[in-house]
Amino acid sequence: MTRLATSAPVKFGALAVAVVLALLVPVFAVDPATTNIAVFTAMYVGLATAWNIMGGYTGYISLGHAAFFGFGAYAFGLVLAHLGVAGGYEPFLFVPVAGVLTAFLAVAIGWIALRTRAATFVIVTIAMMFMVQLLAENLVGLTGGGAGLSFPVPPWSGDFYNTPFYYAMLLMALVALAISWWIRRSKFGLGLLAIRDDEDKALAVGVPAHAYKLTAFIISAALVGMIGALYGYYVTYIYPQFAIDPLVGLSIVLMVFLGGLGTLWGPVLGALILEPAQLWLAYNFGASGLYLVFYAAVFLVVIILMPRGIVPSVLSLISRMSNRQAVGPSDAAGPAPDTRAIAEPSP
Amino acid sequence: MTLILEAVIFGVLTGGVYALMASGLTLIFGVMRIINVGHGALVILGAYLSYALLSSGAHIDPFVSLLITMPAMFILGVVLQVAFIRPLKDDREALSVLVTYAVALGIEGLLGFIFTNNFVQLNAWYETASFAIFGFHIAYVYVFGFGLCVAILGAMFLLLYRTPFGAAIRATMLNRTAAQLVGVNVDRVSAVAFGIGVATAAAGGVVFGLTNSFDPGSHYDLISRLLTIIVLGGLGSLRGAIIGAVVMLIVEDVAAVVISPVWASFAFFVILVVVLVVRPQGLYGIRVRERI
Repeated sequence: MTRLATSAPVKFGALAVAVVLALLVPVFAVDPATTNIAVFTAMYVGLATAWNIMGGYTGYISLGHAAFFGFGAYAFGLVLAHLGVAGGYEPFLFVPVAGVLTAFLAVAIGWIALRTRAATFVIVTIAMMFMVQLLAENLVGLTGGGAGLSFPVPPWSGDFYNTPFYYAMLLMALVALAISWWIRRSKFGLGLLAIRDDEDKALAVGVPAHAYKLTAFIISAALVGMIGALYGYYVTYIYPQFAIDPLVGLSIVLMVFLGGLGTLWGPVLGALILEPAQLWLAYNFGASGLYLVFYAAVFLVVIILMPRGIVPSVLSLISRMSNRQAVGPSDAAGPAPDTRAIAEPSP
Repeated sequence: MTLILEAVIFGVLTGGVYALMASGLTLIFGVMRIINVGHGALVILGAYLSYALLSSGAHIDPFVSLLITMPAMFILGVVLQVAFIRPLKDDREALSVLVTYAVALGIEGLLGFIFTNNFVQLNAWYETASFAIFGFHIAYVYVFGFGLCVAILGAMFLLLYRTPFGAAIRATMLNRTAAQLVGVNVDRVSAVAFGIGVATAAAGGVVFGLTNSFDPGSHYDLISRLLTIIVLGGLGSLRGAIIGAVVMLIVEDVAAVVISPVWASFAFFVILVVVLVVRPQGLYGIRVRERI
């Protein structure tokens, strides 16, 4: 069973089916309300996957990724405005520009924030997010301040409007997944995992920790910035509190924790479950504060009951079941670890 | 020049409130190695509790209402710790951030549901009445608030440095395992320390609510400031939190006068960046070598 589930052809087959299904979503779901959910779900799949490269692989929990999301949106809107790009398909070509600009911001923030570790890093990322929000608000000449920034409006009909955005978001999610998959298999990724497990030991065995951390941070931020750019174009109008929303950064983190921190598919699963649920809650209870209360309750239940996330929990269950089959039912948590401890005294 | 001097005086007076709130936050970090992102929301909750008592039929004065809200918030803190912080086993630091963030959202949502999202403020005679000293007009509320914060901080220091229980708290802050080995009930110490931190948040909330208008969403701004202060002072250092708070508030108030009010909060974060570049561990922090 396990071998079947992990063999390469089955994996690629499942992946192909999943991609085809994702591509067909706008064919089956035609009304804008449903495709809107699809757009946001694809968006969060990409965001969670991108965040996981830093938070999951490297172990540096950033609660400030909303800064990159909003910065990407602002950078994109300003580039489009200055170049006078009209609404339609053309703006999509400029999304990588937003990614590059966000990467520059990530260099500056990362250089400072990555001087700290663990708890301090979390706090510094929160502070940086509010700093970027404050800049968006105060640099009125550039960003429009509290009045906000408008994007060119695509000339598409209401029924079709969401479809191009869905495919753009899906493409970004697949790009993020491909990068995440590649990093997981590369020497670079191995270095990141070593940093997560013990940064000082990683340094001692020759992992260039500072360069690796910063690189992971930049990749993660640039992807988030590009997705933010698409978001800004999609909603056509942004202002500081809306584009740089602490809740966005938090939702991403929750999705990754629900699915499985540091796994390839955990963030995808987390986003697929939570984003539709979140939209449903916001739609039904958004007017009152109850929306936040429900959200907080889901959050607490997930963290307390399943701190490791769905993917690791299920994987360990499968491996425990297959172990039992291989060795026999008597292989419970017997004295085996104890004998090994006696045989190999710790140094 | 007079304006700058006035800004410095206000910076010290308002810095006292932030010192109190940041002390609770840094105490919680010191004892449990967790960041209580919900601290800002708990401050706002404290302010709303006093607001409810003030606008109720009993019309209780905000400072007097602390006799009710502080014990209530202490119990709430103990409950929160036992229910949500204690169950966390692995990766406490990251998970505790998420859990306390969720607590903050829950409080924000509940307050929005009960009190709506309109701005309110605690009103009392001393909020508008002022006295003149050396030509400066200072509202009584700032002095009363400063006095309250100094008194509570003093009580906290007495508890920490003059009582056996304080010794147990400090031992837990220094080395949790060693404290456990010498017989300190670290679970109890943690719960009580969390309760103390939350109770001081209630006191901070009253002074904050008397000097600012607030709504359920005010906690975002507040927590980003408090976290900046405790990073500046060094995580887990009470001295650092107090000095950090006063320095930050003086800088902010002076920047508001010298540069512009809209950039005042930005000065706050600029200091954080400068400190991190020069001294990543903060003013009184110790450099973290291993994952804590």
